Amino acid sequence: MKITDSLSNQEKYEHACLRHRRMVFLARILILAGFLILWEGSVRMGYVDSFFFSSPSQVALCFIGMVKDFTFFTNTGITLLETLASFLLVLLISMLSATLLWLSRKCSEILEPYLVVLNSLPKSALAPLFIVWLGTGINTIIVAGISVAVFGSVINLYTGFRQVDEEKIKLIYTLGGGKRDAFFKVVLPGSVPTILSNMKVNIGLALVGVIIGEFLAARRGLGYLIIYGSQVFRWWAGMTGMGIRFPSASIPPPFLSAPFSRKKQTHTSVYVLWKSLLPRGMLHNFACLSGKAHPAPYRITPFHPCPVL
Amino acid sequence: MEQIEQSLLELKDLCYSYHSLEGETIALSHISFQIKKGEFTAIVGPSGCGKSTLLSLIAGLDTPESGEIIFHNTGQPASPEQKPRIGYMLQHDHLFEWRTIYKNVILGLEINHMLTPEKLELVTKLLKDYDLYKFRDKKPSELSGGMKQRAALIRTLVMEPDILLLDEPFSALDYQTRLSVSSDICSIIRSTGKTALLITHDLSEAISLAERILVLSRRPATVKCDIPVHLTLTDNSPLASRNAPEFKDYFNLLWKEISDENYRQPEQSGKI
Repeated sequence: MKITDSLSNQEKYEHACLRHRRMVFLARILILAGFLILWEGSVRMGYVDSFFFSSPSQVALCFIGMVKDFTFFTNTGITLLETLASFLLVLLISMLSATLLWLSRKCSEILEPYLVVLNSLPKSALAPLFIVWLGTGINTIIVAGISVAVFGSVINLYTGFRQVDEEKIKLIYTLGGGKRDAFFKVVLPGSVPTILSNMKVNIGLALVGVIIGEFLAARRGLGYLIIYGSQVFRWWAGMTGMGIRFPSASIPPPFLSAPFSRKKQTHTSVYVLWKSLLPRGMLHNFACLSGKAHPAPYRITPFHPCPVL
Repeated sequence: MEQIEQSLLELKDLCYSYHSLEGETIALSHISFQIKKGEFTAIVGPSGCGKSTLLSLIAGLDTPESGEIIFHNTGQPASPEQKPRIGYMLQHDHLFEWRTIYKNVILGLEINHMLTPEKLELVTKLLKDYDLYKFRDKKPSELSGGMKQRAALIRTLVMEPDILLLDEPFSALDYQTRLSVSSDICSIIRSTGKTALLITHDLSEAISLAERILVLSRRPATVKCDIPVHLTLTDNSPLASRNAPEFKDYFNLLWKEISDENYRQPEQSGKI
């Protein structure tokens, strides 16, 4: 359709909306491209040392190498698996605990200070303890993932359960229902938004925990790649590890904006899972990169990108 | 018509207090009255006098400290252990947004494991009668305030209650909706011949809907007076009855009783 003066006001409005959305999308892409160009440019011009700062081309080459020799898939796969396992266990444990706390007021009053204290523990400091208790295997890593997310999750869910309108619960009692009906008919369905947002936070936290676990007790996984890369000064390997999860973060949120206006709620949770795997972990990886060093054996990938310049 | 005259609900010397660490607050003190089968009674009183507490006690959500609530079941097989079925309508409709209208309406049946074909037929009939059938698959937020309140009434009616307790069911609606919904709901209740007990703070609503008005005193609440309402009108719909010649007299009488209470010094402080 040609844009002419004959357009109605509604059509003009629609065009303006479309232009606005295009502009936002373009600006986002430009920022990313600008950053990459600036980074690559400064390395090539010699403003920064590629030995310490790596460069987009090195990261890309390393990534291609890792895809070729399959280490990309094994490492990502193992981290994903561990994260999912911790996430699901966190969900299970926190749902059960929050239900128990909701059922018994006495129980929740007794346990409240303990939950607050446990939640404020520096969970990453617990990881070495888990190694002593559980050995250096997948169990330790999953438990590390759980420990980071579970206490906050219990507190969140319990608070969510408590905030359900008392009058709605009264309605269930007036209809002849009991506490069980109140839970399954009001509290649980009424807390779905809380549960979903809680899941979203949890998967990020579980990933953080898993990466911490992998720093200390793994021979595979993204956390291991990052820590190894940082130790042998192969920064590009570490950065590849961080960047691996980047692309999926840029996928537009189709369901997140209004989960309740849509019929297919399952899509929402799948999307939350998908989305939350990404930026949070990335940020954390950046933070961890400056952390402590742990020597670990690593099979050098056959592909060695040569330093540029 | 002997059954009509029979008392369905009897309150004897009912007392109830709230307890907190600050002390005891007496909410209800020696309340006694009877409600006949098929009667539409309204309870008015100063705000915070314990009207809602009274309904909670009748509905069995709370237990009185002393006194008795007796139900005389007038159903055909009079068995003493048969518990009365009580329908309770709250101020807000409390329809659940995660359920469709149909699913909301059958909530009570679901809870009581009564999803029999006969009951479901009744649900369909009620939905059709009250113009909600074509909205049965909609979410509550897609309906108007009046329709939601009607759906809430159907949710109560499908349980086939012996007595309906209405706890200010129209107060959350805007004035126009309120007039039409109260009129709708009143005609539904009258046509089904249900016994109803309405709590309201709107005096005109009480006069236009009820056949009898109980005025409660300030806390601790007692029954201050019991006013039977007789309006000389052929059309006894709630809207028409506001034009009845006696309407104003009833209103003034009630207003006097209530404002006397408002000027009286409270005997107990504290909030319910």
